[in-house]
Amino acid sequence: MREFDYRRASDVSGAVALLGDDPDARYLAGGTNLVDLMKSGVERPGRLVDVRELPLDRIESAPDGGLRIGATVTNSDLAAHPDVRSRYPMLTQAVLAGASGQLRNMATVGGNLLQRTRCAYFTDTTKPCNRRAPGSGCPARSGEHHNHAILGASETCVAVHPSDMAVALAALDAVVHYETADGQGELPLDQLYLPVADTPHRETALPTGALITGVFLPPVPVAARSRYRKVRERASYAFAIGSVAAALDIRDGAVHDARLAFGAVASRPWRARTAERTLIGAPATAETYAAAAAAELAAARPLPHNGYKVTLMHNLTVAVLSELAEEAAL
Amino acid sequence: MGLATSSVITLHINGEKHTLPVDHRTTLLDALRERLDLTGTKKGCDQGQCGACTVLVDGHRTVACLQLAVAAEGREITTIEGVADGDRLHPVQQAFIDLDGYQCGYCTPGQICSAIGMLAEHAAGWPSAASGDVRPAAGPTPLTPEEIRERMSGNLCRCSAYTSIVEAVARAAEADASSAAGVPEPLGEAAA
Repeated sequence: MREFDYRRASDVSGAVALLGDDPDARYLAGGTNLVDLMKSGVERPGRLVDVRELPLDRIESAPDGGLRIGATVTNSDLAAHPDVRSRYPMLTQAVLAGASGQLRNMATVGGNLLQRTRCAYFTDTTKPCNRRAPGSGCPARSGEHHNHAILGASETCVAVHPSDMAVALAALDAVVHYETADGQGELPLDQLYLPVADTPHRETALPTGALITGVFLPPVPVAARSRYRKVRERASYAFAIGSVAAALDIRDGAVHDARLAFGAVASRPWRARTAERTLIGAPATAETYAAAAAAELAAARPLPHNGYKVTLMHNLTVAVLSELAEEAAL
Repeated sequence: MGLATSSVITLHINGEKHTLPVDHRTTLLDALRERLDLTGTKKGCDQGQCGACTVLVDGHRTVACLQLAVAAEGREITTIEGVADGDRLHPVQQAFIDLDGYQCGYCTPGQICSAIGMLAEHAAGWPSAASGDVRPAAGPTPLTPEEIRERMSGNLCRCSAYTSIVEAVARAAEADASSAAGVPEPLGEAAA
């Protein structure tokens, strides 16, 4: 590991000033991903700015009925918060589906959004990787890619975003707030992650030196009946091979409102807007749910060894929507 | 801006203060084991995946291998050496002995620290991925074997003593429920 300077910030503007525009500096929060990547040499910062003591560790009700979640709220505190559990249960379920109890106690909301892909070629510095070393190539396309992207990938990169939390946030129209030396800004979660295109090393639309300060959730009444379901290769403590965040409001036998997002299928959380358009207004039946899944997955471009994900996501979507509909009927 | 790659830090561990110079690259795990002779905390994967290095930081279970020692300054750290009350073992320690919650013992300090933290989380009403309906109105989740397995999934045991570990944690939870002692104060934020 490269030697580095360490600074602890006590307020947001101080943290932003300490980082400055130094491309060699990184913000450190929970460290669960960054410290790991420093050990493997993927990240080689010359300076860390520790932001964990910033006063961003609160979850507060917003005047519009939504929630303001501070960037340094731990994953554990987010999942356990009574308002999150009652108003956005899919978010609690998504967070609890990720990592382990220990890691959730360390990891923060801001860090969770900015965690890096677990593609084995990205994390192995002896291998080419366009995301880590632009222009070096992508061994995944012809190599080990059974858990890689089926949607929105490019010739240069087929990695998936690993976050569970971000999938629920995508479905909930979350807005990411940040601060730079020039002031405050915000980005809808849907626009936080850049399309892969031929620049997979450019992962987010955040300006240089920006510090995520919080995530705002608007009021989402349909989310009161919502669910996150994750499929993985063991029962617990593993990254997804596919996941669905869904909310469903059925009135008079028809879908009145719906939210749907997919995880582990793309380089970012995948808001399934095509499926949502198919659902809203249609009869609340298994046929509708299948049609919605098929409409979204028509854009899928699987690789030789991950075609199973298309079937998996189709069946998972139908199952989760059917379960939500059954609950609504009780 | 000046560049410093090491610092003199003071760590609060098991109620004692330890002041030491550290290279910033030193993890809390390496500081405990290599600098302070607190070798009860074990190094397994060193990647946050096995739980052998679990310690309590400000009452919360965490992995020491993914924390920098310099970033742990100012926090209250409890290691396996600090969980007993003098010669009286912690109820979780006693349950692991009584029910053979180990074979080789290498993962055991991490299992025990993790279980202590987990029982406090459960007592504070935190749901888990095994809890089904997570809404507060659904009420507290009983600590079933399924819940224990899910909540302890961050601790691997390569001897696969899991059956006895689950029984030991359940036994410790019963002892805790009857005495209301032996685990840290309920965690604040989620208790509301």
